[in-house]
Amino acid sequence: MRRVAILGGTRGMGRSIARRFVERGDWVVLLGRDEDELGRSKADLEARGAPGVRVATTRCDLEHPESFRPALEAAEQLLEGIDTVVVTAGLFATQEKLEQDPVFAQKLLTVDFANTVVFCEEARKKLLLRGKGTLCVFSSVAGDRGRKPVVIYGAAKAGLSAYLEGLDHKYRSQGLVTVCVKPGFVHTGMTSGLPTPPFAGEPDDVAQAVIEAIDAGTPVVYAPAIWRAVMTAIKAMPRFVMRRAGF
Amino acid sequence: MPQTRIAGWGRQFVEGEELKPETLDGAPPVLFRGLGRSYGDSSLPAASSPLVVNTTRANRIIAFDPATGVLRAEAGLALVDINRTFLPRGWFVPVTPGTSLVTLGGMVAADVHGKNHHVEGCFGAHVTRLKMRVADGRVLECGPDLERELFLATVAGMGLTGQILEVEFGMRRIPTPWIWQESERVANIEEYVEKLKESAKDWPMTVGWIDCLSRGANLGRGFLMKGRWAQAHEAPAKFPRELPKIRFPFTAPEFLLSQATVKTFNFGLYNSHFQKKKVGLTDPFRFFYPLDTVLDWNRAYGRRGLTQYQCVLPDSAGTGAARKFLEVLSSRGGASFLCVIKDCGPESAAYLSFPRKGISIALDIAIRSDTQELVDALNEHVLNAGGRIYLAKDQFTRPEHFRAMESRLPAFQAVREKWDPEKKFKSAQSVRLFGD
Ligand SMILES: Cc1cc2nc3c(=O)[nH]c(=O)nc-3n(C[C@H](O)[C@H](O)[C@H](O)COP(=O)(O)OP(=O)(O)OC[C@H]3O[C@@H](n4cnc5c(N)ncnc54)[C@H](O)[C@@H]3O)c2cc1C
Ligand SMILES: NC(=O)c1ccc[n+]([C@@H]2O[C@H](COP(=O)([O-])OP(=O)(O)OC[C@H]3O[C@@H](n4cnc5c(N)ncnc54)[C@H](OP(=O)(O)O)[C@@H]3O)[C@@H](O)[C@H]2O)c1
Repeated sequence: MRRVAILGGTRGMGRSIARRFVERGDWVVLLGRDEDELGRSKADLEARGAPGVRVATTRCDLEHPESFRPALEAAEQLLEGIDTVVVTAGLFATQEKLEQDPVFAQKLLTVDFANTVVFCEEARKKLLLRGKGTLCVFSSVAGDRGRKPVVIYGAAKAGLSAYLEGLDHKYRSQGLVTVCVKPGFVHTGMTSGLPTPPFAGEPDDVAQAVIEAIDAGTPVVYAPAIWRAVMTAIKAMPRFVMRRAGF
Repeated sequence: MPQTRIAGWGRQFVEGEELKPETLDGAPPVLFRGLGRSYGDSSLPAASSPLVVNTTRANRIIAFDPATGVLRAEAGLALVDINRTFLPRGWFVPVTPGTSLVTLGGMVAADVHGKNHHVEGCFGAHVTRLKMRVADGRVLECGPDLERELFLATVAGMGLTGQILEVEFGMRRIPTPWIWQESERVANIEEYVEKLKESAKDWPMTVGWIDCLSRGANLGRGFLMKGRWAQAHEAPAKFPRELPKIRFPFTAPEFLLSQATVKTFNFGLYNSHFQKKKVGLTDPFRFFYPLDTVLDWNRAYGRRGLTQYQCVLPDSAGTGAARKFLEVLSSRGGASFLCVIKDCGPESAAYLSFPRKGISIALDIAIRSDTQELVDALNEHVLNAGGRIYLAKDQFTRPEHFRAMESRLPAFQAVREKWDPEKKFKSAQSVRLFGD
């Protein structure tokens, strides 16, 4: 049985992941910024959870790094220890919007890269103190290559992917398993209103794949899985092609 | 917000905009829709107000009390999700439609009925509370004993009285997750109806299908199926395995859509649906939702799509009315191969609830140039017999026919007028039928 802290479990892929964990009997503490949303998600998880499952919530805002350590400490207390930390929280905006609004662009870069790394550093220390644990963080296929529609968001995710790879190299032997999730396009609130590209996925299917990866300790997981092939092809494309391509 | 094409299960597309938020709190005051399993235009935006809110991401359970079985959840929660969580724990919804790919909001707004209508009535009869947002923006609760008028207009109200945010209803304890089923062959429509009514005395669930192409003395030959939840001593201790899902891979091209292919498909589908001559155990997935194993099966009907015609013929019209219905159908070239006939118990107090004491007949029809005339002809017969059609399936009924069939419509409209005088909540269907 796992004791899981999820930052971003109120909506989207995080919601699906939290549900799968409690359905199979794992304990979950939700970290988030909105008390009301946390309460509603807790009730949902309690109703769905296997008998004896424990669900808790605590405040944590990815925009406020000072909230990270207290939140993780509270989480440890609520579940009497944490062995798995999942981060799905993040911001997204179209390249168009980020070019028009530098203030928001800075916020996105801060939240999706700097603050996420800071949060992971806190989580890493806590997990290493226990001797072992899993840190599963949502990056994106957008971080695999600089591309026109995701110049800024992709840069943040590229930084995050690089950090997670480094972490995995450095700490796996000490017991910290790092899982970097690279979703392709997935239907969630984050992507609603965007035109659906090919190979779009559903949050429940991503959750299934992610939990399998967490259990197996897979360092990088593309979800839906087809995106691994798609990104391999895109990474192999010469610059002059990418410069012309719209994607 | 980009324009998208939105359709009901019958694949009649309209242009619109569809929001799909995770929380319904800040949703704009427009029509809500769920999983779009109503066949016709009930869940489609009116041309004059193209925005709709899809509720399917608002799918959290709010509370479940295992002592009483009372479940409260956000309106976008899907029945398939409820079953996945609660069937293994020995709970089931009191009323289920023939597909589990529906939301709680859709089940209330259409006041769905199942194979147990003669015993349990419609889903709305089991609803204890609705949390709604009405046209002036207020969020309020209603139920059988609270804002009763609004409640009775919202159940079966097809989304026209306001937005259902949360639904609270009573789940039922089941002895096992297995079904005991018996079926028998029936020679003609008269015998079918007689046996259907007779079985109602002993069986909580009944349904069957008849062959709509047979004629004369054989007219209406078919199968009648009866079921009940199996008792512990009759059933295995293990949980039944669901059938693997397959997806209909493409929209069938026109050349595949000859009468014959559609009929064969229709037949195959229903044949797998309603297992022949069988006495013994089956599972709830096969028994209630056999069509759910083929995802997107409506694509088999091609680009023009399909409609379902469903009506209720009251007992007062006699079995002659059922025979006459089939005659009208076959005189129009047998648009459908099979009809599903169910037993209906007493009418609900919800103003627009479809069932009334009698039998319900439902048939899938591939859309062709003469579909309007076919529906008109069937409607005239149903009107003469004192029956009515089911809005959740309808796309073709004329307003004058519906008005004549539904004597409670003025009362419904009066409640609607009170709660939504500006008609913020309207659908393509309400424009077509009620002139919104
Ligand atoms: C294969 C199949 C079998 C079926 N079998 C049966 C059956 O046996 N018995 C039966 O009764 N029906 C049956 N149906 C019809 C189906 O149960 C109803 O149409 C049901 O309403 C579909 O639910 P939905 O979530 O898809 O709603 P939608 O089709 O999306 O919407 C249906 C109506 O509900 C309204 N609505 C939905 N959510 C809300 C909300 N939150 N607030 C306010 N209004 C809302 C919409 O505005 C619309 O008018 C069947 C349909 C199919 C495809
Ligand atoms: N969806 C896709 O197609 C896609 C593709 C590639 C990568 N990704 C990445 O995958 C992750 C999950 O995406 P998603 O689509 O599931 O997202 P989502 O539906 O928008 O959910 C985001 C979750 O993060 C929380 N959150 C956001 N900002 C927060 C903050 N400042 N502090 C605390 N919590 C915060 C939200 O909580 P609230 O309820 O408080 O808002 C919500 O629970 C993200 O990192 C995203 O970048 C997504």
